[in-house]
Amino acid sequence: MKRRQRRIKTKLAVIGAGLSGFSAAIFALKRGIKTTLLGHTGALAYTTGYLDLLGARRGRLLDDPWAGLAALREDEPEHPLARLGNDEIKDAFACFTAALRDMGIGYSMPGALNRMVLLPAGIRKPTLCVPDTMLAGMEAADRRAKTLILDFAGLAGFSAAEFKANFLTTWPAITVQKIQFPGMEHGQVFPEVMARALEVPSLYAELARRISPRLDGARYVGLPAILGMHAPDEVHAAMERLLGLPVFEIPTIPPAVPGIRLRELFERALPETGLELEPQLKVQRADLRPDGITLYLHGPMEDLEVESEAVILASGRFLSGGLKAGHETLSEPLLGLPLYQPGARKDWYRREYLDRRGHRINRAGVKTDTDLRPLGGDGAPVNTRLFAAGSLLAHQDWVRQRCGTGLAIATALRAVKSAQAILS
Amino acid sequence: MSAKSSAKSRLYETEVLIIGGGVTGAGVMRDLALRGIHCLLIDRCDLNAGASGGNHGLLHSGGRYASSDTRTAAECRHESELIKKLAPECVDDCGGMFVAVEGDDPDFAARFPGFCQAAGIICEALSPQEARAREPALSEKIIAAYAIPDAAIDPFRLVSQNVEHARRLTGSVFLPHMELEAFQIADGRISSALCRDRRSGAAVRIRARQIVNAAGAWAMNIARLARCEDVNLLYSKGTLIVSNTRLGRGVINRLRPPGDGDILVPGGTVSLLGTSSVTVEDPDRIRPGVDEVDRILAEGAAMLPGLEDARFIRAFCGVRPLIRASGAATDGRKAGRGFSLFDHEDQGLENFATIAGGKLTTFRAMAEKTGDLVARRLGNTSMCKTATTPLPSGDAVRMTEPGRAARDWYRRAEPDDLILCECEMVPQSAVDEIVGHAPGAEDHMSLQAIALRSRIGKGACQGAFCAHRVTSYLYDCGIYDSDNGMRLMRDFVAERYRGVRPVLWGRQLPQMELAEIMHCAMAGLDIAPDEAEQ
Repeated sequence: MKRRQRRIKTKLAVIGAGLSGFSAAIFALKRGIKTTLLGHTGALAYTTGYLDLLGARRGRLLDDPWAGLAALREDEPEHPLARLGNDEIKDAFACFTAALRDMGIGYSMPGALNRMVLLPAGIRKPTLCVPDTMLAGMEAADRRAKTLILDFAGLAGFSAAEFKANFLTTWPAITVQKIQFPGMEHGQVFPEVMARALEVPSLYAELARRISPRLDGARYVGLPAILGMHAPDEVHAAMERLLGLPVFEIPTIPPAVPGIRLRELFERALPETGLELEPQLKVQRADLRPDGITLYLHGPMEDLEVESEAVILASGRFLSGGLKAGHETLSEPLLGLPLYQPGARKDWYRREYLDRRGHRINRAGVKTDTDLRPLGGDGAPVNTRLFAAGSLLAHQDWVRQRCGTGLAIATALRAVKSAQAILS
Repeated sequence: MSAKSSAKSRLYETEVLIIGGGVTGAGVMRDLALRGIHCLLIDRCDLNAGASGGNHGLLHSGGRYASSDTRTAAECRHESELIKKLAPECVDDCGGMFVAVEGDDPDFAARFPGFCQAAGIICEALSPQEARAREPALSEKIIAAYAIPDAAIDPFRLVSQNVEHARRLTGSVFLPHMELEAFQIADGRISSALCRDRRSGAAVRIRARQIVNAAGAWAMNIARLARCEDVNLLYSKGTLIVSNTRLGRGVINRLRPPGDGDILVPGGTVSLLGTSSVTVEDPDRIRPGVDEVDRILAEGAAMLPGLEDARFIRAFCGVRPLIRASGAATDGRKAGRGFSLFDHEDQGLENFATIAGGKLTTFRAMAEKTGDLVARRLGNTSMCKTATTPLPSGDAVRMTEPGRAARDWYRRAEPDDLILCECEMVPQSAVDEIVGHAPGAEDHMSLQAIALRSRIGKGACQGAFCAHRVTSYLYDCGIYDSDNGMRLMRDFVAERYRGVRPVLWGRQLPQMELAEIMHCAMAGLDIAPDEAEQ
């Protein structure tokens, strides 16, 4: 069969379909910029669904992320978030959560303080914005309310008993029940499959019928994140109505529903607002010129050339292929951008896994100017039309600092604004 | 045996107390049980915690020692033949090869068949073409090759089966996490061993008629607690790396005097490359290093060029306890691999013995010699039976075999039997079997203990997913009922990391990134309450 050849022209090409790539698309489309998003979805299925801004510094949890950012500007001035203003970051969260709500998934707006949300193993962590389906969990924990936590026969990796045991001293009024998911009474069940199944009204009604006799005076009901894939807020509202109680979801270990929800939401809703999405093709090569950038993509069936006025590189870290590790050096494989990196391999990782300073390799990444243009070996921007956003940026440790979403969307907004300035 | 509890301390009584849950201690336990003797085996950690768990899993034909130590070589040949016959489930009789490449000493290669003949080892010359037909991963630069009857052995299963057999024979018991702190000595006899349960902190007194010190690299420390100064050990640290896939059909040895990175041994679905040999002062707190791994890999690649691009999933190390003869060299490579039995009678003790040195392959012979002494001292006239009695297997002691849990799971075809470890296909039922019946299960089981007795955490993800799933399952079963389960999970992943760290490059590095997301972002192991207090 003959390979198909396509050529398209766009204003802004975004490489990478993760949180930073999709949010760059959202911000660009909102500004009326013709945008094309390229590449596979990366680590989106690994998110909890919580939108963190800055939850921890040096192993300490933060109540106030904005004060945390001020401190970050003092002692980590090269941190990508430290180079942005609070207003710009708040704007990014506000626009992003509003866009999510418009597309169909409700989130709380960014506030003045972090909120202590629930993790599956029965501990809490700080975050900025919370999906509506998970809000009641914080309230139940804060009030130490009598709460029924459910898990499901056949669901590996989520245990209500574990959740309860780890909250034993701070939230003793938890009862647990293991129930069978309607229609999946035997064998292994998967959150993704359960979530899709629960969009059928007769099924969530049956689930509510199974839960009701077990409430035993509980004031809240918590369960793993399975309440629908495309309309979680509707399924959640229906469960609350049927049970007559506040219901909340708890994130599960990946691949988890909250991340898949976001990915499918973006893939469904953004093309309706004008996004050109090429999720099956991977950018293999780029030709950077002063007057434009050409990207060459190869898929299993076709080749694609994208002619663009500006490019945002949001290809993620090692897990997504945005960075690569050789035996002794780290590299950025698409453009060969020079990286900030710790010295020899023995310095990449610390002796102890949970060293609260974090591993040096996590701070490796692409160096940029304040417009987020990647810098070449000479310290000058590689190309005036090239920008970078998200976790591939240097001088941050998003996992330990609990700043993944903030990093993704705030740098995406800055990159889009910088790109807009040079578009014709 | 009886176990009595008082308010402050527990008391155990037994005929023979054996210190050290490695292959030597387990072998002595079974040897004595076959003579009808009741034993108590203790370890300060768990089974295979020292060199018995930190080695190649190579059942030596003796070829490795043929050039330097004919006696050890002949002993290996004899013992490996016995083990292949009596414990076939523990052995992958894959055969082995010695190969020399360009740059290696051709004279040494030419003399190799003569060395083997002297030790009675069958050695078949192969042309480079024949060698590469058997092992396609070999370098094109081979100058000499010989086939020898090396094999691979699962040391975890071997130890479990020995302990399990002793339990069945005389009700002998293994107690993990039991640290010896002192001996009570009176009138030339050790009357009690004073121990501490490292998990509960409880004091434990053990009364035994005979005491065997089989503590491996810690045998010198134990002997000194009994005021015996006659045990002198040299600690030689050896580091190995584990590949993601099996890179060779059989054992592949470099045909030269022993050096770094010159043996590749299959371990079911993976291969193990090693070792280094570094003399260390202290057998505790050793860990594999980046430099050692690079050295092993560079040496190994001379023989097997594909190693350069192979994916390695972890490194590990062990300490060889070598007998230091007075005035001998301190080079671990040159020290003998023989073993010694100390009866300590010249140290003024009549019920204490130390068995030290030796090899995994010769563990049975070490146990026999020890068993003969102890039985004689007890007035037991039974002969050693381990050279003729097959080692029985069982459901709870075979889960370390690669692919075993997956085959059982498939055969059982029980839809509610969830897979907890997807890399190695370990289901809930395998965990149930271990928790219920594996050696040490009398005591409290943890993620660590289950991982030791199965393939959990040994696949490519190195515990990123299965640590969560097994922990959740143990909470569901009620085995964990407090936040201690999370602490045990944190200890487990921190321990796995020590082995993973030196091989983090290429394709294993994204795996580590994912693991950190799972352990920190999802489980919050870095922000768990008592972590924050440190």
